[in-house]
Amino acid sequence: MDARMSARATGSVDVVVIGAGQSGLAMSHFLSKRAIEHVVFERGDVANSWRTERWDSLRMLTPNWQMSLPGHAYSGSNPDSFMTMPEVTEFISAYARATNAPIASGTEVTSVSPIDGGYLVVTPDYRWIARAVVLASGAFNVPRIPAASSALPDDIHQLSAHDYSGPETLPDGGVLVVGGSATGVQLADEIYASGRPVTLAVGEHVRMPRTYRGHDIQYWMHVTGLLDERYDAVDDIVRARNVASPQLIGSDDARTLDLNSLTREGVRVNGRLASVRGRNVMFSGSLRNVCKLADLKLGRLLDAIDEWIDTNGAAEAGHPSRRYEPTRVGDTHRLAVDLHRDDIRTVVWATGFRPDYSWLDVPVVDRKGNLVHDGGVVSAPGLYVLGLPFMRRRKSSFLHGAEDDARELSEHLTAYLDGCAQPAYFRLAI
Amino acid sequence: MNTHEDSIDNGVNVEALLGARAALTQAPQAAAFVWRASSEWVRGTHTRSKVEKFFGLGEEQSRGKSFDFDTDHPEIFASEDNGATPVEFVLVALAGCIGAGIATVAQNRGIQLNSVKAVLEAPMDLQGILGIDGDVRNGFDHITVRYEIDADATEAEIAAIVAQSQKRSAVFDIVTNPTDVNVEVRKV
Repeated sequence: MDARMSARATGSVDVVVIGAGQSGLAMSHFLSKRAIEHVVFERGDVANSWRTERWDSLRMLTPNWQMSLPGHAYSGSNPDSFMTMPEVTEFISAYARATNAPIASGTEVTSVSPIDGGYLVVTPDYRWIARAVVLASGAFNVPRIPAASSALPDDIHQLSAHDYSGPETLPDGGVLVVGGSATGVQLADEIYASGRPVTLAVGEHVRMPRTYRGHDIQYWMHVTGLLDERYDAVDDIVRARNVASPQLIGSDDARTLDLNSLTREGVRVNGRLASVRGRNVMFSGSLRNVCKLADLKLGRLLDAIDEWIDTNGAAEAGHPSRRYEPTRVGDTHRLAVDLHRDDIRTVVWATGFRPDYSWLDVPVVDRKGNLVHDGGVVSAPGLYVLGLPFMRRRKSSFLHGAEDDARELSEHLTAYLDGCAQPAYFRLAI
Repeated sequence: MNTHEDSIDNGVNVEALLGARAALTQAPQAAAFVWRASSEWVRGTHTRSKVEKFFGLGEEQSRGKSFDFDTDHPEIFASEDNGATPVEFVLVALAGCIGAGIATVAQNRGIQLNSVKAVLEAPMDLQGILGIDGDVRNGFDHITVRYEIDADATEAEIAAIVAQSQKRSAVFDIVTNPTDVNVEVRKV
């Protein structure tokens, strides 16, 4: 036996699932149905990221009717509303209770490494030998902060969307929000409403109306099959997986939040942050083009929806086809800003997130830090992942996207376990 | 590729480009290119530049020929007008880069181009380069490119090709984003 293994108590289990969010719990559900022995390790409490790593005002981008986990649909009285983070946390926690998932909470996995016939999974108190491991620890663990952040002057307060909780926690004065995803536009909107002047730096982005032809845009994405579009059916999956989240906000009045609405409010929209030299920040002159790209892409989405409505005879009275005003890019956007002269005190990086695999001692991460996998089947035998953007389908990183992916990967995992001879030490280890 | 795409020809070998993309994805070091130009002052505001070799795919590349470019200034600057001004070369470079992209993207999308014409315009306040007003920048105020394109496609498809071409254009990136420039001098 490896000398390292004697340091802590060692146990064995067929499958270790890492993370008790929607993905880990959905996988646990299917493993239980197949009577496969497993344990779900959770570094905090169930739905930890939803509970601790989101800003206060955030609500889901998907309406309540869309909230579902295997065998657990939304049953409340506001199907068209959008859950707050405490509500999402409760939704997932209720699911964990209902499914009686074997969760070890407060148990952080500090390393996963390959051993003969499986993996050694290390937690603070135990070493576990597992035949298969499911990585369900989330896609949004670590903020991606551009290198330019290190060139900002020391007196500029910097934080990522992870560390942001609300505008009241920011210093007075102007704020530069970097990033045009759902996060960037929502933070720009809320910080501006707090009375702070806001500049928003926008690169490539995805523009969407909240509602279209009488329904939430997610309804159309669902019925037209876009959300179910498979990873092996798109032209360029690398590109599809890197697309920013659409500019959407969940609110009671189902309002549309886009660059035009932000500009109308008074937010200054500039191009992508191009460089930082001390207090001088430069923005790309590509703003017109990224807006044009987003407008054209929106046009194609609405064309597809209209076509589906025509084909299926689903037109409703009073909800005709329409197109939106192109993104207004006037002559007021700026290419350079002097942070001190403009009294910008804070920079918020809403520049995306990446998964954290620092504890994964398996050679399955490429030079860009991405996990090498085929629709969630990782390149090392018996290793699976869940919940990454467009992992198996466009909806893979959505809460309701966990079900189909977990079902299919649990089938793959079962076949893997069945076809795999069990080494003697699995029985001897305890 | 379907029959429709096979029948269109913008003169771009998309298969070769896609092959190169796949190959360079596997061997990113081969994607490290170095572009070069050399120049020599002739007289007055006239400079002659030459483009010949470049580095790429891990080795020196030679075209087996060279291109010469004269830059000068027009007679209203009391110059001899031996060539386009350097700033006009920037417009030429931008047009060439976006144009190449349009043909490539159209070919890749199976769209036949019949004609692609552009007019580029770039206002500039000479108070900058003449040092009259320190608040005026030396370079262009902005650049406007107006394309007229005849292609077997919808207006939205044509717009998407031009937008995608800008997204992938090196010169568009060079003119829209800052570039660190290092000019070294040696007395000989």
